[in-house]
Amino acid sequence: MNKLAQQFMGWVDERFPATKLYKEHLSEYYAPKNFNFWYFFGSFALLVLVIQIVTGIFLVMHYKPDASLNASGIPVAFASVEYIMRDVPGGWIIRYMHSTGASAFFIVVYLHMFRGMLYGSYRKPRELIWLFGVAIFLCLMGEAFFGYLLPWGQMSGWGAQVIVNLFDAIPLIGKELSLLIRGDYVVGDATLNRFFSFHVIAIPLVLIGLVAAHIIALHEVGSNNPDGVEIKKLKDDNGIPLDGIPFHPYYTVKDIFGAAIFLLIFSAIIFFMPEGGGYFLEYNNFVPYDQLKTPPHIAPVWYFTPYYSILRATTSDFMIWLALLVASVGTLTFLTARNNIVRIAAAVVALVLIVGFFALDAKVWGVVMMGGSVMLFALLPWLDQSPVKSIRYKGTLFKTILAIWVVCFLILGYLGVQPPSPVGKVVSQICSLLYLAFFAFMPWYTRMDKTLPVPERVTFE
Amino acid sequence: MSAMTIMFPKTFSRTFRFLAAAVLSLALPLAAHAENELHLDKAPLQFDDATLQHGAKLFINYCVNCHSASFMRYNRLHDIGLTDQEIKDNLLFTGDKVGDLMRVALRREDAKQWFGAAPPDLSVIARARSGEYGTGADWLYTYLRQFYRDDSRPTGWNNMVFPNVGMPNVLWTLQGQQAARFVEKTGENGATEKHLEKLELIQPGKLSKEEFDEEVADLVSFITWMGEPAQETRQQIGVFVLAVLAVLGVLTYLLKRAFWKDVH
Amino acid sequence: MSDDKNAETGCKDCSRRSLITATAVVGGAAGIGAAVPFAMSFAPSERAKAAGAPVEADISGLKPGEKMIVEWRGKPVWILRRTPEMLASLKETDPQLADPESKRAEQPEYIKGEARAIKAEYLVCIGICTHLGCSPGDKLVAGSESGMGPSWHGGFLCPCHGSQFDLSGRVLKSMPAPDNLPIPPYKYLSDSRIMIGDDGKGA
Repeated sequence: MNKLAQQFMGWVDERFPATKLYKEHLSEYYAPKNFNFWYFFGSFALLVLVIQIVTGIFLVMHYKPDASLNASGIPVAFASVEYIMRDVPGGWIIRYMHSTGASAFFIVVYLHMFRGMLYGSYRKPRELIWLFGVAIFLCLMGEAFFGYLLPWGQMSGWGAQVIVNLFDAIPLIGKELSLLIRGDYVVGDATLNRFFSFHVIAIPLVLIGLVAAHIIALHEVGSNNPDGVEIKKLKDDNGIPLDGIPFHPYYTVKDIFGAAIFLLIFSAIIFFMPEGGGYFLEYNNFVPYDQLKTPPHIAPVWYFTPYYSILRATTSDFMIWLALLVASVGTLTFLTARNNIVRIAAAVVALVLIVGFFALDAKVWGVVMMGGSVMLFALLPWLDQSPVKSIRYKGTLFKTILAIWVVCFLILGYLGVQPPSPVGKVVSQICSLLYLAFFAFMPWYTRMDKTLPVPERVTFE
Repeated sequence: MSAMTIMFPKTFSRTFRFLAAAVLSLALPLAAHAENELHLDKAPLQFDDATLQHGAKLFINYCVNCHSASFMRYNRLHDIGLTDQEIKDNLLFTGDKVGDLMRVALRREDAKQWFGAAPPDLSVIARARSGEYGTGADWLYTYLRQFYRDDSRPTGWNNMVFPNVGMPNVLWTLQGQQAARFVEKTGENGATEKHLEKLELIQPGKLSKEEFDEEVADLVSFITWMGEPAQETRQQIGVFVLAVLAVLGVLTYLLKRAFWKDVH
Repeated sequence: MSDDKNAETGCKDCSRRSLITATAVVGGAAGIGAAVPFAMSFAPSERAKAAGAPVEADISGLKPGEKMIVEWRGKPVWILRRTPEMLASLKETDPQLADPESKRAEQPEYIKGEARAIKAEYLVCIGICTHLGCSPGDKLVAGSESGMGPSWHGGFLCPCHGSQFDLSGRVLKSMPAPDNLPIPPYKYLSDSRIMIGDDGKGA
């Protein structure tokens, strides 16, 4: 039997590098042995991706992207979701898995990204892993946005309406662009059908490709770790990193344990609080979309709210503060950069931006700020100039600033769910500014920060 | 736990705690800040078969004349202990089959003309009406009990919870008729404003207040159950699933430990 | 890596092995459990079941020699009121048939004999050819008038591959169709009303 299996694998390996792939990515992929709790979230993200794809495939079998009204006057799309919830055997489990999975995806990915920020996983030579990751995050946001229209409830319709209208703000082409996105003068059947297409095929294809690229890049350079020490620097006689252990079986068993705990929490939500207190499934989305009646309080789903808050904070009275921020970053660059081209470029960009802040509508800048606040993550590998990677060896200055940034992010997220209020506006403006400053001043404070000496080997008890 | 100390060295966790406290002190007053306080009575829900069957009967008799529940099949009432024959005898309109959806004979265009808006489908109304003031059940329970006479409305009825609602008080023969008592207050800008203070029963109905409240509670229990008929099954399966996953969690932990004892 | 051999049994990594087995068993069970709702979702939904519910047919207007079609589960169910001549023809077709006793045919137990009906006068059968699912056309009149040649006793002809059936829906010998037309479960609610899909025997 064993011999037969060996012969079979030999036959396969001559034609397809099955054993080679298995070795490269699992049994002989050496990962640092000091991964901690934070290193679970990457594999959780992969798990949630699989859950979303599988449940999605089954939901598509019953869902109908159709905005026309059925015999009872209910939009067919909305009715087909309730049809899944009631008439399809097992349908409610599949639907709740998918709706909970959406929120779980963002929780897991946010924590996964924060892990990268804690331990400097974006630093050289892992810039591309990080960029692929940022691209995955953007795709995920698109995927969530398109998918949220499909249940065709009030929040679906009005959420899409508000976000698509953001494109109105783009000078000259904005109006035509948003019309092009909707394919109609309102968010209607045409919009629903194209969003459906994007949600079920276009973005998932890109997403899977990016995930593959993310993992291939990771396995090329090897994983970072909580100490930010390169384990490949110290190898034994066989060329195996001294602080490395094979991914399989060590991290496979560890991740399986992690997956069991994750699924325990995930199932607790699916079976006992699928609405997530109105955050995972919004109450207003149990009302069919009505183009003539906006619900009194509309807020995006929780995972978009930090950026949504930044959008709301960017009003005309906020521009002066933004101008000050840009002016000070520009001046700093001009004074400290060694390269003359960089100095001039900084001055020009800063000037153009500042003029733009007052020449164009604040609405335009709100959209730019919202998009920009997401895109800023992509710059991290070059903004962080600290001599050390990991938070463990960074100084109090960096730790404090990171903590403030986290708090600002959470406050922005909280305020994005709340109805607009004067106090909330001021607070969100302060937090938006601090959020941006975290990135804008990073090259300087990371250099000023008093870091600790980094050990030769990883710390492992 | 060790993971916590690894991720947040001591100074960091102290800063973090300080900042967390700052966020909380900031967020709390924001949360408490809410105008137009809407007070909802807590709905005394019960989900036993007898209550739900009674609620179903009330629902069919009083609601389905105008409102559909177009995601709800009559034979789903098997779940609350009714047989096909009982459904046929007591709840079905002539010509309907037990597998049919709870549709409504009223034409939407007519309804729009009569009430100003087509009566909403009620299948998931209990989920839709949830919000910051209470559950959807609380909303419905309060709403159905707070109709009052108002001659300025086309139907002659108004409602405390849903001002200027298009729906008349369909339960008035049971409840009787209520009138609103207003008090005059001086508003912020100096003008006198009328504020609704409370409702008074001006003509009793067939039921006493307590009996009527119970009747509405049964009806709301049914509407809540109808919002997600799989709820009970969901929780039953959930307990089982969590138990299996807990066992799996323990086993995989032991497995992880068995392998990792080699790593020094 | 591990050298912790169990001294008594000489077995390496015993606890690890049993843990792998235990985890695989529980994990496998959980995986199968998770697959259940997905597999279930392929079954007919409540809507399909409601649409497939038994149908009532009113046969009071049916004249002798006439056929009516009722839809049940998306399939045509024929109700043919046979004249005495038609019933008499059933005996004559016997030698031409592949399965005159309907031994292989799909039909409820209470359907017996050449008439294949509860009341011989009314044939109730599913008008779907047992070959590849087309619906045969009417060739009710005997003789060459139907264009079927002089030896034709009346019956049905499938347009797709030419299978021929007699007036009880029984297939003739050496035809593409292997079996007689199926008979659905049904019952008489009264003399003039038939319930198709429900025979009161839990069909």
